[in-house]
Amino acid sequence: MEISMDEVNRILHEYPKEQRYCLAIMQDIQHVFNYIPKEAMKALSDYLECPLSSLYSMATFYKALSLKPKGKHIIKLCDGTACHIRGSNTLVRGVERELNISPGETSEDGMFSLELVNCLGSCAMAPVMVVDGQYYGKMTMEKIPEILAKYREEVPAQ
Amino acid sequence: MKMIRICCGTGCLANGSALVAEEFEKLIAASGADVQVEYATKRTGCLGLCEDGPIVTIMPDDICYYHVRPKDCEAILNQIMLGEPPIERLLYKDDQGQRVTSQSENPFYKQQIKIALRNVGVIDPVSIDDYIEAGGYEALKKATTMTPEEILTEVETSGIRGRGGAGFPTGRKWRTATSYDVFPKYVVCNGDEGDPGAFMDGSVLDGDPHSVLEGMAICALAIGAKEGFLYIRDEYATAVKHVRKAIADAEGRGILGDSIMGTDKELHLSVVRGGGAFVCGESTALMQSIEGKVGEPRAKYIRSVQRGLWDHPTVLNNVETLANIPYIIKYGGEYFASIGTEGSKGTKVFAMVGKVRRTGLVEIPMGATLRTLIFDIGGGIQNDRPFKAVQTGGPSGGCIPESMLDLPVDFDTLKEYGAMMGSGGMIVMDDRSCMVEVARYYIQFLCGESCGKCTPCREGLKQMLAILTDICEGRGRMEDLDLLEDICETMKDSSLCALGKSAPNPVLTTLKYFRSEYEAHIKEHRCPAGVCTNLTKFAIDPEVCKACGACKRACPTGAVSGEPKVAHAIDQAKCISCGSCREACRFDAVLTKGRDDL
Repeated sequence: MEISMDEVNRILHEYPKEQRYCLAIMQDIQHVFNYIPKEAMKALSDYLECPLSSLYSMATFYKALSLKPKGKHIIKLCDGTACHIRGSNTLVRGVERELNISPGETSEDGMFSLELVNCLGSCAMAPVMVVDGQYYGKMTMEKIPEILAKYREEVPAQ
Repeated sequence: MKMIRICCGTGCLANGSALVAEEFEKLIAASGADVQVEYATKRTGCLGLCEDGPIVTIMPDDICYYHVRPKDCEAILNQIMLGEPPIERLLYKDDQGQRVTSQSENPFYKQQIKIALRNVGVIDPVSIDDYIEAGGYEALKKATTMTPEEILTEVETSGIRGRGGAGFPTGRKWRTATSYDVFPKYVVCNGDEGDPGAFMDGSVLDGDPHSVLEGMAICALAIGAKEGFLYIRDEYATAVKHVRKAIADAEGRGILGDSIMGTDKELHLSVVRGGGAFVCGESTALMQSIEGKVGEPRAKYIRSVQRGLWDHPTVLNNVETLANIPYIIKYGGEYFASIGTEGSKGTKVFAMVGKVRRTGLVEIPMGATLRTLIFDIGGGIQNDRPFKAVQTGGPSGGCIPESMLDLPVDFDTLKEYGAMMGSGGMIVMDDRSCMVEVARYYIQFLCGESCGKCTPCREGLKQMLAILTDICEGRGRMEDLDLLEDICETMKDSSLCALGKSAPNPVLTTLKYFRSEYEAHIKEHRCPAGVCTNLTKFAIDPEVCKACGACKRACPTGAVSGEPKVAHAIDQAKCISCGSCREACRFDAVLTKGRDDL
């Protein structure tokens, strides 16, 4: 993906040049690009006059930040305690079987990223799977292929 | 005027309550009724009973409908407009099978007393007018006429202790902050609710953001702070949005900002979004994070109330604590202190989840027993299965067995038994929850969340995870149990912050109260709950099987065979021990066996 430096600069200039805004800037970049591109890290480092190494340490410390590009569709499997004891680990295996990726990975075709998240606050519907913000509650293994197929089809053939 | 309140908490939203709200709005507009005068709708925060959402409340008739779908809206509107009796099928069915009309008759709400959640589910969280109409900002107004000393005394009299888990007396914390003559001082709200399975603070921020701002403003008046921050999990997107709007609205009305309600005191609040790190719920780590650094805790020989943000005196309070403050100022510390127990005043909000029938958010006076919470309010265990344990306090808490269900829940009692009340997460488990696996789950969680700064936590968790994984997968040895206990003791004594110090609790409590499960895994290669897949095989009891086909449909690998009227069977070669068949069976015909049994 082409990185728009205009977009990066726009985000940077929304904040004063102070370290306290470092995390917020990185979160905004993450929101726009779905990850933090190297170019953006360098620009941020210049902007805040802060060594790249400390930005790298931020990016690897906070779970919300990622240095690797994410897939087109983000699958979030909730592994909060409520979901866990209602069988979220089975769902993880179900998605792994279906897409051949483990949590934290992106499928080879770039279509799906699988993330394990801590708690989405929807414990009444546990176990919960969220694809691109759409909630699927009371999930079972048998529902997985059907739901993922829907997202595969939505994308027009290249 | 008839008011239709639609619960738009996370649970209800995920169940489609936004569509219900839209449908009501569309129907009211189409009916030609005078909106705002005759009928109005309101999207509120979480009402708590997430299990039965979306929830719709009709006021002033006090009718509460559950599981409302967009197609039900027309019938509900007709019922209201024509003044017909409530629609039976959408009312709550209580434990005796009776339909109940009002919220207060519902067994889930009967024993609750709402202080922190007083407005959540009642007001429109994005409307400052709604908050003011409900009595909001009256406490702040009163506080502006009080001296800092008077505010401190009132908070101290209330006896309120921090709701984040540690239970430090809030009044004392505030007073300490006033004792340092260093400025500026800061007030910070901890909304980094990282405990998996807990969503109390998120619901307050989402459903009643102004009450938290009001609490912060009162604190600012007491300690002389001019700037404050709300550190909120980025995952709580609506909470962040609502709080930001609330700050802007309150500033627009001259309640916050350059002048607190016309006084010469100022308070500027801003939101800092958390980066998804559990350790940032720890006070010193959280402050590092606000400063734009990696959220690593520091040793606390100097408290953050003396040297916190940018080395200045900082008061950090939890969301729920702050939401209680306006109530205390308004009704007086003495009244607040009349609720609860000797050592733990007021109420506590719990997120009761897991295998309990009525999952949801509950607020009850401190000192109620676990049995009251789980069985009276929660309605007992799903599908009438046997209760096994309740886990309180999240990854820092412990698992409590049935024999201890009559203990009162407050700051001190559970600690004596190795668990803790914590911030209010409460996970109920039945006989199909494996206690070894639960311990492994928490340790795995903490292993990923440990910041790595101190050795006992970083290495201790890693080794514990390896041992617990071995036990769950059938490679455990009996001497591992002693080793686990050793590591736990070391971590408790020598970790830098509360994350590491309390991390052993899930392991120690399960070892203490559920040792036989560990032994079954190690000695018999069997997971009694049927959760650890390497140690579990499933078989169908042909005597009990009704050949209904439910298990066959649920099986993801096609391992179940059988025709109608012929008892089904599981092909062990194809079975991946996921347990889908056992969950699907209504007749308890799927038997749980050990690794070496079949």
